[in-house]
Amino acid sequence: MHESNIRQPIIQVENLIKTFGHLTALRGISFTLNRGDFFVLFGPNGAGKTTLIRILSALLHPTSGRVLIDNCDMSECAEELRQKIGVISHHVYLYNNLTAHENIVFFARLYNVANPEKRADQVIGEVGLIARKNDLVRTFSRGMYQRLSIARAIVHDPQIVLLDEPYTGLDQHAAQMLKNLLVKLHQAQRTIVMITHNLQRGVEIGTRLAIQVKGQIVFNEYQHQVDLAGFEELYFKYVGN
Amino acid sequence: MNFFQKVWLIVWKDLVIELRTKEMLSAMFIFSLLVVIIFNFAFDPGMSYIKDVAPGILWVAITFAGTLGLNRSFINEQENGCLYGLMLAPIDRGAIYLGKFLGNLLFMLLIEIFLFPIFVVFFNLSVLQSLPLLLLIAFLATVGFAAVGTLLAGMAANTKTREILLPILFFPLVVPVIIAAVKSTGRVLNGDPMDQLAGWLQLLAAFDIIFLVVCFLTFEYVIEE
Repeated sequence: MHESNIRQPIIQVENLIKTFGHLTALRGISFTLNRGDFFVLFGPNGAGKTTLIRILSALLHPTSGRVLIDNCDMSECAEELRQKIGVISHHVYLYNNLTAHENIVFFARLYNVANPEKRADQVIGEVGLIARKNDLVRTFSRGMYQRLSIARAIVHDPQIVLLDEPYTGLDQHAAQMLKNLLVKLHQAQRTIVMITHNLQRGVEIGTRLAIQVKGQIVFNEYQHQVDLAGFEELYFKYVGN
Repeated sequence: MNFFQKVWLIVWKDLVIELRTKEMLSAMFIFSLLVVIIFNFAFDPGMSYIKDVAPGILWVAITFAGTLGLNRSFINEQENGCLYGLMLAPIDRGAIYLGKFLGNLLFMLLIEIFLFPIFVVFFNLSVLQSLPLLLLIAFLATVGFAAVGTLLAGMAANTKTREILLPILFFPLVVPVIIAAVKSTGRVLNGDPMDQLAGWLQLLAAFDIIFLVVCFLTFEYVIEE
């Protein structure tokens, strides 16, 4: 990647509002992320964090406002932009009755990956499941599901990685593996947006920290401007214990 | 990969899963077989009116077995949020629809291939001469059935009451196909002239084209929240 690309905006969110009937999940959210940012979003349950991720991944349309990715409005070029995004969520998006390898090859083909078989082996190896690659996914434990889900999300080498509580169900070893993978992606100048409830883990790994409460981002700063203790204090002040 | 390669990829995935689990095919086949057996006991195959009631029996068996299969066709996509996985990929929503439609069409045709000889034997029908016409009717009716059914199964999949919702939405829409299939099958079994059959075949073909186009175009709005 060219150095000149690094500080260019890659995600621009402008006055995003999302309502579900009478419920307003997002109330005018705006922020800009640069290429290579590691944005960690904290917030209590029901703050609208998952709704935000779903809009950023082109699964949901906003009620108003817009999302620009690489200066392209998501409502106009969603299909093209999906190629640049990888999503890790509560859902693992894996077929129980396909093997790990078949699952990853299937998604690699959908994402137009060159040499999908070889790439599938590579990413399955990266998440430490190569010995189980020919096993049906339904035989996997929750942690193994989540690890394979990470492989699925990065199989097309996305420019943007969106993570919604990615540590759910992971044991210590798998959590460390995920952390190492995220550091590697960050070093490769991928833009990462992660939702987590774990303040320590988020502050440790993120370069930008934000707090979302009741559909609004109430705090958004670069990580070097806050330490863990100070951030915890801020978090509970905004969230209100 | 181009549009049609992605459609085929979805069909391949559904075929591999179904051949591995046989959940959908076995349920559809057993159900349709039971319907044919029960009606076989209700109506004496030797009676003169059997050619009038047999088409209705055949299409009742296919319709209900097909509905059973359609209900299951999106179960795999619901598990682990796989439908969202497809929607996250850079793939036209129409390709997802066509992939699921072709999968459903193949499974239904497969059931019909196994069911039809059993039906013919049970009701003591002579169909050898009219077999090409019967196959054409079965194909046209199944295309229409799967076209509407795939769209509505996708819609019902996102609801908690999908087993109830699908038949309620589906049967009123697919009634023209079932009526045309029953009537045309009856005409063929009775050896009626082709000109009496042409209208029903045209209705089936028109229904197929209209509903395939409409369902292809509207699938995007049906699966998105």
